[in-house]
Amino acid sequence: MIPKVDKLGRYGEFGGRYVPEALMGALGELETAWTDAWAEGGFRTELNDLLAAVVGRPTPLYDAKRLSERVGARVLLKREDLAHSGAHKINNTVGQVLLAKRMGKTRIIAETGAGQHGVATATAAAYFGLPCVVFMGAVDVERQHLNVVRMELLGAQVIPVTAGSSTLKDAVNEALRDWVTNVEDTHYVLGSVVGPHPYPEIVASLQEVIGEEARRQCLQMIGELPDEVVACVGGGSNAIGLFRGFYDDDEVRLVGIEAGGEGGGGPHGASITKGTPGVLHGARSLLLQDDDGLIAHAHSISAGLDYPGVGPEHAALAHSGRATYESATDAEALDAFGVLAETEGIIPALEPAHAIAYLLRSKPKGNILLGLSGRGDKDVETVAAALLRAKQ
Amino acid sequence: MTALLEHLESVRSAGRKIFVPYLMAGVPDRDTFTALLACEEADAIEVGLPFSDPLMDGPVIAAAGERAIADGIGPLDAIDLVGAAPKGGPLRLAMTYYNPIHRLGEEEFCRRLADAGISGLIVPDLPVEESDSLMEHAGTHGLAWVPLVAPTSSAERVKKIAATATGFVYAVSTMGVTGVRESLSERSSRVVEACRVATDLPVLVGIGVSTPEQAFEAASTADGVVIGSATVKRAMEEGRAAVETFFKEIRAALG
Ligand SMILES: Cc1ncc(COP(=O)(O)O)c(C=O)c1O
Repeated sequence: MIPKVDKLGRYGEFGGRYVPEALMGALGELETAWTDAWAEGGFRTELNDLLAAVVGRPTPLYDAKRLSERVGARVLLKREDLAHSGAHKINNTVGQVLLAKRMGKTRIIAETGAGQHGVATATAAAYFGLPCVVFMGAVDVERQHLNVVRMELLGAQVIPVTAGSSTLKDAVNEALRDWVTNVEDTHYVLGSVVGPHPYPEIVASLQEVIGEEARRQCLQMIGELPDEVVACVGGGSNAIGLFRGFYDDDEVRLVGIEAGGEGGGGPHGASITKGTPGVLHGARSLLLQDDDGLIAHAHSISAGLDYPGVGPEHAALAHSGRATYESATDAEALDAFGVLAETEGIIPALEPAHAIAYLLRSKPKGNILLGLSGRGDKDVETVAAALLRAKQ
Repeated sequence: MTALLEHLESVRSAGRKIFVPYLMAGVPDRDTFTALLACEEADAIEVGLPFSDPLMDGPVIAAAGERAIADGIGPLDAIDLVGAAPKGGPLRLAMTYYNPIHRLGEEEFCRRLADAGISGLIVPDLPVEESDSLMEHAGTHGLAWVPLVAPTSSAERVKKIAATATGFVYAVSTMGVTGVRESLSERSSRVVEACRVATDLPVLVGIGVSTPEQAFEAASTADGVVIGSATVKRAMEEGRAAVETFFKEIRAALG
């Protein structure tokens, strides 16, 4: 069963719109504007031109020969790391800022975890000449410092958030608070397939381009569909974008990889494999929480997967069995980070390194399509520190 | 008619304005919180149940919730704390985000509130479209339903929302989160008027009412006020005596 969004913004039993009344008007307005734009040739043409000229699409499909030898299966990498600003996030931000312009909004805000979505939003805002404010957990400001500098260079104001766990979850809260206050002139560019309806559907639609291209490129390159499609899952936008290209191809296995964190009984970010149903950031989905319904602090070495929730469409995919989900630990991701660098000369972001780690561990057979969602410049310091700790 | 509505109507027909202070459960500490529940100036007390991700709340109430959680008071402990307080004093209503309700189950959550002697329920992140089943359980357990109306709610929505109220209608005076503000939003009276068109139930202004002057001004159009951050700030920073003095000032201003 393939989850299709209904009128209330639900994917099966997940999704919906659980927000303060003050946001209901704005979400309704956004839904209408989005539905109109997406159905309209003019918007799509303008967006496609931007994806080519600004983002550099299509991104290549890359035949990872030496990695394939290590894994024992043919591995094709969908190179979102080569998209402008270094990750898939820009597919979404260019589309949403274009929409914001159409809606007459004059100010852009965003949350960010790894900083990639913040950088991508700042990039799009600079391109369109709109002021941009990015909320980022104080812990992430620290560990993704390079991206903070990039956002500031791009003219964005970065606001560190010190509430709760001082990571992505808290940055989303703060962005939503800003949006409630300034909703009339501000568009909130949410960075993943999470949040209240229509955000999960907007972001998924804007990321679909990854799967469309990859499917076509795969048929061209190897003459058949992949046996398995693998992507890392934080909120789940790069994975949904890739998976959607293959929903109707029943024989293609879809596998999402979550953050296993410290492993053992330690903290993690695996909301699908270890979470329970709940409501966070405006949607019903699977999440990490305690018996009182307080949201747990997630943990991952990668800031982009350090989130206690996941998009409702993933929860529905998991529920229906159309996709399966596994996790990789911090240590496995670090190891995979090094393997991809050495075998292919590609330094990946720590987020997709989790997906690589899954390949190295489970050694699937056949042709594997893997979403390489971003590049790893931002993580070099984190990795160096972790390697140093491991040596001591 | 719910017990809360009956009580508020009696205040209204006596020609008095309704005062509902907000307290975060267990803040600044369990004993002080329990003592404040008995305050004589209030017509009802809104008790915030601590939550990890309080979207509607500004820095003051968010910090109070964090303190409560750090003290080991989760939303269910908060209900128990209210249940353990001496009976009598103003009626109590619970303000909680939806996830703790979802986690325990709507029916069981309402039962626990009622068992703790709580008379009403406010859930700021549950829009009218999603609230049917919870409202039903609340009704079964004698809990008054208190929905929120925002400055951006259309006339049509105000009507739909107000129709669900069985306690009072909570008119949010300003766009944004809870917090202490310099002045009352000029939108306050417009929201109240929009509610008046839709309902005969009491309409209380909340969010951004922080001083006796603002309370007086808000109550010139509304039936009363809810005062949150300004109360919680005093509880956190100055303690019980300061809160009680503040309550007296508000009461005096409201008449
Ligand atoms: C490179 C990269 N991959 C993946 C993610 C996780 O997000 P999502 O699951 O929405 O793709 C991030 C988030 O910051 C990222 O920067």
